[in-house]
Formats: sequence, C-alpha cells, structure tokens
Amino acid sequence: MKLTLRVWRQKNADADGAMSTYEVDGISADMSFLEMLDTLNEELILKGEDPVAFDHDCREGICGACSLVINGDAHGPERTTTCQLHMRSFEDGDTIDIEPWRASAFPVVKDLVVDRSAFDRIIQAGGYITAPTGAAPEAHATPVPKPDADFAFEHAECIGCGACVAACPNGAAMLFTSAKINHLNVLPQGAPERETRVLDMVGQMDEEGFGGCTLTGECATACPKGIPLVSITSMNKEWLRATRTSGKR
Amino acid sequence: MTRTMWDSSVGKKTVMAVSGLIMLAYLVVHMLGNLKIFFGSDEFNDYAHWLRTLGEPFLHYEWALWIIRVVLVAAVVAHATSAYQLSRRDIRARPTKYVHKKPRASYATRTMRWGGIILGLFIVWHILDLTTGTVHPDGFQTGHPYQNVIDTFSTWYGNVIYIVAMLALGLHVRHGFWSAAQTLGVGSRARDRALKVTANVLALVLTVGFVSVPVAVMTGVVS
Repeated sequence: MKLTLRVWRQKNADADGAMSTYEVDGISADMSFLEMLDTLNEELILKGEDPVAFDHDCREGICGACSLVINGDAHGPERTTTCQLHMRSFEDGDTIDIEPWRASAFPVVKDLVVDRSAFDRIIQAGGYITAPTGAAPEAHATPVPKPDADFAFEHAECIGCGACVAACPNGAAMLFTSAKINHLNVLPQGAPERETRVLDMVGQMDEEGFGGCTLTGECATACPKGIPLVSITSMNKEWLRATRTSGKR
Repeated sequence: MTRTMWDSSVGKKTVMAVSGLIMLAYLVVHMLGNLKIFFGSDEFNDYAHWLRTLGEPFLHYEWALWIIRVVLVAAVVAHATSAYQLSRRDIRARPTKYVHKKPRASYATRTMRWGGIILGLFIVWHILDLTTGTVHPDGFQTGHPYQNVIDTFSTWYGNVIYIVAMLALGLHVRHGFWSAAQTLGVGSRARDRALKVTANVLALVLTVGFVSVPVAVMTGVVS
C-alpha cells in the first residue's frame, strides 16, 4: 500500500505545531497502525530528520499508552486501540490525518505525545481502596453478588487511554472518571470510601480543567473498551447520593 | 476540594436539569391552556381571567400567577447562568479543534447552546408582546388575550418568530429531557429507550401544540 500521511508535528510544549505531509510506500495490510508509523520513522531517521514522536507500550491493546486521533476518530475507524488497528482498515492511496488528543488538560509534549498525568491525579484523589496490605485475602471471604461483580468488571476494563476526552467536544473526562468510580463503588471493598471517592474524584476532575458533560455520547462511541455512556449516569447518581449523605457524618 | 453543588460541574448540571424540568412542566400546562383558543374567545378569555383568580380565596387576586412567575424567572436565571458557566468551561477545556473534522452527534445535541439562546430571546419578545404589550402590533388590549393573540399572529414576523422558537424548543426538549434524566441519575440501560421515547413525544407534542395556534390563525380556523 502507498499512503499519504498528514501528521501533527510540534517540537515541544511551547512551540507552534502544524500538519506535515509524508508519503509512505510498501505498507502491508497486515501491519498495525503503529508499525506503519515505525516504517515512516525509519525512513525519517535514515534521511536525518526528526522521527514522529508517539506514545506506545504493550501494543496488545491493554496498557492504554497509545493514543492518536486518526481521520478525526480517537483510535481510528475501528473500535479498538490504535496499536490493535491494522492497515487493512485503510485503502491503497488513502490520505490519513494523524493528530494528538486535544484537550487543555492533556497538553501536547511533542508531536503526537500528550501529557495524561491529569488522569493519574484523578486516580490519586480516590481511585483506590484503603486496605491493609499483606498476603492476598481468601477470595470468598467477602461475597460479591454476580451482577455487582459484572458491573465492577465492565468498568474495570477502562485502560485510561483518554480516548473519551479526545472524542468529547467539551474535552470532558466524565467517562474515565465514572468508570473508575463505578468500578470500586459497587464493591464491598470500595464501600467505606464510597462518598469521599466520588466527591474527591469529581472535584479533581474539575480542577484539572476538563469540560462538563453534554451527553453527546462521543466518549462511549470512541472507547476501545466499550465503557457505556450510562456509566456517567451511575456516577451522577453516586455524586448526588454522596452530596446528600456526606454532610451527615 | 470543590464540594458544593454550585462549585462542581456535576452540581451545575444538576441545577440545569432541575430548572429545565420546572420549565418543561410549566410549558406542558401552558401549551394545554393555549389550546382553549379553539373553543372561542369567551372560553379563552375566561380561562385567562381564571388564571388570575387561581388559588382564591386563600390567595389574593393574581398571587398564584406572581408565584409562578417568580419560580419561572428563578428557573430561567439558574438554567441560563449554569449553561453559560458550563459552556465557558467546555470551550476552555477544548481550545484546539481537530484539523480533520467529522459531523458529530445529533442535530438536537449540537444545537443545545444556540437553541437555548434563541429560546431566551424569544421569551423576552413573547412577554413584551403578549404580557406587557410593549411591542404588540395594533394596540394591546388588557383583558382581551384572544384578540391580542390574533393580532400577533396576523403579522408575518409574529408567526416567523413564534414558529422558529417552537421548533428550537422541540429540539431543546428532545435532548434536554433525556439529558436531565442522566444528570439526575435516573437513567439506566433498561430505561434508556423509554426515556428517549418520552423525550421525543414531549418534544413533538409541545411543538405541535404550540404551533397549532399560529397555524390556526393564519388559516382562519381561529379568527
């Protein structure tokens, strides 16, 4: 396959960026999208140019490191992560636009790499349980009803890639935050911090400068892990519950 | 840490949802009341007068009306203020647009902000036209709402402003009602379909109900 790539190039956080056009040839339909970018970078390095910086790690669709808005879609045209997107989803001769996640809470570090530490700080605000550490406890010591376990697991699937923020016209982190809150709030292990968790994490989310939810549903459409839009509804319910009860303690 | 209702983006959305539902409930009653125009001038004018005597003798003349007005003004102010502040936050959160643009979300969803502004301006005109009579064509007659309505809908601009605003209202309610349910945490996978259908039915019934009045005046059904 022969492709034309239009890639966002930006030297550093303070520099102005622009789209640069590159031609790549000899792309196999079986290559992953990142392997295609590797091919481009090899050529750029041989020519003595600066290779395109992009985030990647496991390349198995489970770590959440890869990003990229491809032709206007976070993680490209398939419902998966960029690393699991293959070139068979494109046609020979296509022009592909590649841009970084866009949100003021995710500043561009270089080219296609953005700083997603805002997500870490949301997790630090309450995305954990306070439990004595040591040997793993007996799994059956705390019974969890099957529907609750399924609900928790569905939300635990979030890999924190930030596609929800990138897709949202308001740069909102509601889907990420709700997945993390719902995952723990439904479980008995998460119950002692149920109220503080949702209040603190939503508070941190606002503080990081993410936008608000207008329920466009773009986040859930972009999510490679299929976190549902109704996850946000569940978080709103938890938040309202917490504002009613937390003052009484 | 931001913890009060008004300091949180989720809290402001709650304010929007509740104030929106108050206005929506009022609009359903307002629309049903408007349909009285199809039963002739006496019945319509009597109904309008009864609104002023509502709650008597417990309440004084027009008190019920004034209570409703105060609640509505509070709802409009709360709704608009939170919408303005949330929109500012949203625009700040996404300052750079994507180079590769794609059509996003439904028309109703994309037009919430502009639709809201249109509705806000419409409310001002509507009150100046049919409540105070300030911008009313042809001499406003206090106590004769039937004639006033006919005067307004006998002008081309009266019809245009009204019908455009009611279409904006339908779109606004279509996305707004469902969104309010999500914000208040009453939405769920099982209830999603029912909520969307309710939102569409409310939007359609309100728009058709309100628009039927200028259409009736234009076609001479009401004169």
